[in-house]
Amino acid sequence: MFLTIDLAFIIEKLILIVVVVSASLVIAMYTTFAERKVAAILQDRRGPNRAGPFGLLQPLADGIKLFFKEEIIPNFSSKALFILGPALAMLTAVMTSAVIPWGDKVQLFGRDINLQIADINIGILYVFGVVSLGVYGIMIGAWASNNKFSLLGGLRAASQIISYELAMGISLIALLMITGSLSLKEMVLQQQAGHWNVVYQPLGFLIFLICAFAECNRTPFDLPEAENELIGGYHTEYSSMKLGFYLFSEYINMFISSVIMATLFFGGYDMPFVNEASFSPNIAALIGIAALMGKVVMFLFFFMWVRWTIPRFRYDQLMHLGWRILIPLALFNMLATGGVILYFHK
Amino acid sequence: MNLTTLAFFLLSFIAVGSAIMMITSKSPVHSVLWLIVVFFSISGHYILLNAQFLAVVNIIVYAGAIMVLFLFVVMLMNLNAETEPIKNYRLQLIGVLAGGTLLLVLITAMMRIDVEQVVQMKIGDAGLIKVLGMTLFKNYVLPFEISSVLFLSAMIGAVIIGKKD
Repeated sequence: MFLTIDLAFIIEKLILIVVVVSASLVIAMYTTFAERKVAAILQDRRGPNRAGPFGLLQPLADGIKLFFKEEIIPNFSSKALFILGPALAMLTAVMTSAVIPWGDKVQLFGRDINLQIADINIGILYVFGVVSLGVYGIMIGAWASNNKFSLLGGLRAASQIISYELAMGISLIALLMITGSLSLKEMVLQQQAGHWNVVYQPLGFLIFLICAFAECNRTPFDLPEAENELIGGYHTEYSSMKLGFYLFSEYINMFISSVIMATLFFGGYDMPFVNEASFSPNIAALIGIAALMGKVVMFLFFFMWVRWTIPRFRYDQLMHLGWRILIPLALFNMLATGGVILYFHK
Repeated sequence: MNLTTLAFFLLSFIAVGSAIMMITSKSPVHSVLWLIVVFFSISGHYILLNAQFLAVVNIIVYAGAIMVLFLFVVMLMNLNAETEPIKNYRLQLIGVLAGGTLLLVLITAMMRIDVEQVVQMKIGDAGLIKVLGMTLFKNYVLPFEISSVLFLSAMIGAVIIGKKD
């Protein structure tokens, strides 16, 4: 036997991957629609309402428009890297979904199927690793454009993401001290049995939330694409679907970081005040997915609410917040958590 | 030949190939990008050895942070084949000597490897985070703390040197 593989296992995982990735894409598509509707409500407008009932086909129309736009690749850019940039941005945005527990297991065709693509015991480090790679898509695209505005946007993105990764990592260490596990599945199970982690780590959650905004390049931290100083920032030279990929990967990042925050701090697929064990496994899994999606929708709304309420930071303010406020705060949080754990011998 | 061996040869091929590409590419930005590919294939090797923690930390620290800084600096300096300064032959000679010495040391180390004690793939838990943490914080606490102080002083030193006054 040349290769010994469990064929059913491969097929199961492949189907799961296709479902998870396409679900992320569809949800990100409708997040762009939701963003425009939320913006409209906050600014007392109607928002997109022409394509389909209530404008529900608007994301499709946007997608078709982007596909049919003329594609322009600048003459003096390095072409391979120019194409690699948006591809990498999209890839790193979707990759994180592999370790997220989307629900408990379902029973189909006499098999127990875990609703998680890979339950690796270093899940959270994997997430952190992929997040730290997210900047390459922006930097490569920015440099390959051979444009000063793009390059400045890319450099801003790189320094911003590196700065906020530190505070994010330190706030995660405090969380790990409490859970004692790096597996996301294990964390959800613990929160299902006890309290949600946000009860133990309110400060850690706040730091993580702010850093998530910065890592997603969302307002008030969208300096890399500040249009009044840098035109379009790193995607100034991009057109057609390559631009679409950059814009779209931002929404996937938003969705995935909402899922991560829900999983780490708000119990993941745990429905509060409901005992999942009293239902049959398939119904319990459906309730779990619904609970997770409900939490995610709330986070996504919060992302949009902040975007249309708070103006953009200045660059020195951004760096000041990251290095002089968030990192000391995260260090204090870590020390306090360690002290409390040591005191109670938990 | 099973799946693990296949993966090993594939990863080794990618690692060596992209290392060669890194040395031979003309543009420094391309060199940095090829180096990132090398780090990824080495992380793949760590996973084959069941050292998941090392694999992911290698990506977070080297591919995710240090290489971003490299890329940052290279992009800011805007190095190109046209703007490259005239090559100094004495410097090239020193480079060859230094590289040759390293090669000699590596070859000597390779010759001394006991072939009987080849690392077993996919088994062994030496690289798992639990075992690693226990070893580091129980048996080697003092060296670990000393090296962290060393890192801290290096960071403070860099800040002081970089500070304009």
